[in-house]
Amino acid sequence: MKLQILSIFIATIFTHNIALTYLLGMCPFISLSRSLKTAWGMGLSVIFVVTLTGALNWIIYHWILVPTQSELISYIVFIIVIAASVQLLEMILEKFLPGLQVSFGIFLPLITVNCVVLAVSLFMVIRDYNFIQTVVFAFGSAVGWTLAITIVAAIKEKLSLSGDVPKGLQGAGITMVIAGIVALTFLGFAGMVAIQ
Amino acid sequence: MSLIPILIMVLILFVITILLALAEHLLVNYGECEISINKEKILNVIGGGYLMEYFTRNKIFIPSACGGKATCGHCKIKILSGGGSILPTEEVYINKHEKEAGIRLSCQVKVKNDLEIYIQEHLLETKMYKTKVESISPLTHDIKQIILKLIEPETISMKPGQYIQIAIPGTEEFRAYSVASAISQKDKVELDIRLVPGGLCSTYIHRVLEVGDKATITGPFGDFYLNEASDKNIICIAGGCGMAPIRSILFYLTERNMPRKVMYFFGARSKKDLFYTEELKELERKYSNFIYIPALSEPKASDKWDGEVGLITNVLEKYITNQNHFEVNITATYEESVTNVESYLCGPPPMIDAAIAVLNKKGINNEDIYFDKF
Repeated sequence: MKLQILSIFIATIFTHNIALTYLLGMCPFISLSRSLKTAWGMGLSVIFVVTLTGALNWIIYHWILVPTQSELISYIVFIIVIAASVQLLEMILEKFLPGLQVSFGIFLPLITVNCVVLAVSLFMVIRDYNFIQTVVFAFGSAVGWTLAITIVAAIKEKLSLSGDVPKGLQGAGITMVIAGIVALTFLGFAGMVAIQ
Repeated sequence: MSLIPILIMVLILFVITILLALAEHLLVNYGECEISINKEKILNVIGGGYLMEYFTRNKIFIPSACGGKATCGHCKIKILSGGGSILPTEEVYINKHEKEAGIRLSCQVKVKNDLEIYIQEHLLETKMYKTKVESISPLTHDIKQIILKLIEPETISMKPGQYIQIAIPGTEEFRAYSVASAISQKDKVELDIRLVPGGLCSTYIHRVLEVGDKATITGPFGDFYLNEASDKNIICIAGGCGMAPIRSILFYLTERNMPRKVMYFFGARSKKDLFYTEELKELERKYSNFIYIPALSEPKASDKWDGEVGLITNVLEKYITNQNHFEVNITATYEESVTNVESYLCGPPPMIDAAIAVLNKKGINNEDIYFDKF
């Protein structure tokens, strides 16, 4: 059991990285990977929101939706829970970490429509995870996403110093190229662990 | 179908709403803040909202088209203290000089503490007007003339060439239109509105608005208006709905018996895009000081057009013959020498840019060129 949880955690970060193998959460991935600082900050809030919503959605799904046979509305409920958590996060940041709030600007509400968040809730249903597995899976996925965006942001920051990106590739183009190369290097982890 | 899922959903929504309301009450509470405007006017407000909202609530109307989404960049004001640092959403609209001067978008500045701001004096005089549509009539195949009768307040005073904003019902958005009527007629405003394919406001005005409907406008706005103190001769250049502010300027001048020489170049595609032609020809007959030169860029054979053909810039180049004395060759028999010229331009941006280039080449400096791009 413990081994299984550990393998979920490692798999979500390396072999089944949600950004690099499933290509989820690409919108903030591209727009916020310009600087390491914002990428890291965004990653932290994704970790917070994904873990929180994963756990909340598991509780709501298994304690409320399954007993009442209302799985039908699970998509809507998941989205509502995600939206509310993001709002809460926004309020908490504004109150206690205004600096971080300023550097996110409008990007913070993007977490609401970040597919990583919804994907984690949907995967946990499809894969029939229990509560602990869900929390670990959610946390791991978000850590994996953060790892991917910080690696890409670090490379982009370095690249922007040398400044010799061809004009046609600047911006989103070079980000996709970098993400592709990073994804290829992550292929080196394949076979280390597997999840269903 | 069972009702349980719906009930469950309502219940979940209910709980989440209560939780959020509670969190907002506990976390987002800035207490009372003081907004000092130009060191004269002080607004005491409960913080937490955006500056723009407090302006609207206190009847201060800053130009804005997008309804606070930071997509139009019109609502610029100067923040002297208390605004915090500029947000990434604003950077797109605020250049380096403005940034250093403390210019911000008022729809993005959240009021969290006491603020000291500067708003241009004339913006403090803008008001919101309730109006009623008095008439709607087509001017061309895609331009309609709308006359709004002011109800509350009953009169508006503006400068010839300025614009007002009209609220689009059901949204928080506004769109700006130049006033085409005489400013001496204080109880009505005339707008000339072209139907823009897919345009939110023009579609509403062309397809939905009817005579007798209510409309809300704010204004007057804009620093494009006739320099009333000047006695320089005038060259007006307009295209499409750029006719509107020029018409207002012409009304102003005809009411004073056309004291300055005016040449009006109007560019259109074909004859069906021309409007107010008779009215302007009549002015030409009445005042020797006024000349109207419409030019068609793509006249149709059926137009039987015997006037100028070509882009308005080419026509301009042709008429202005001597760049040192700025002589204007109106017809072979009529030569007008005009020195001391100022120019008023209104129309689509490419046209304005091209026309300014021609005027510069002919020796008119930028400080004598006033323009309004839309």
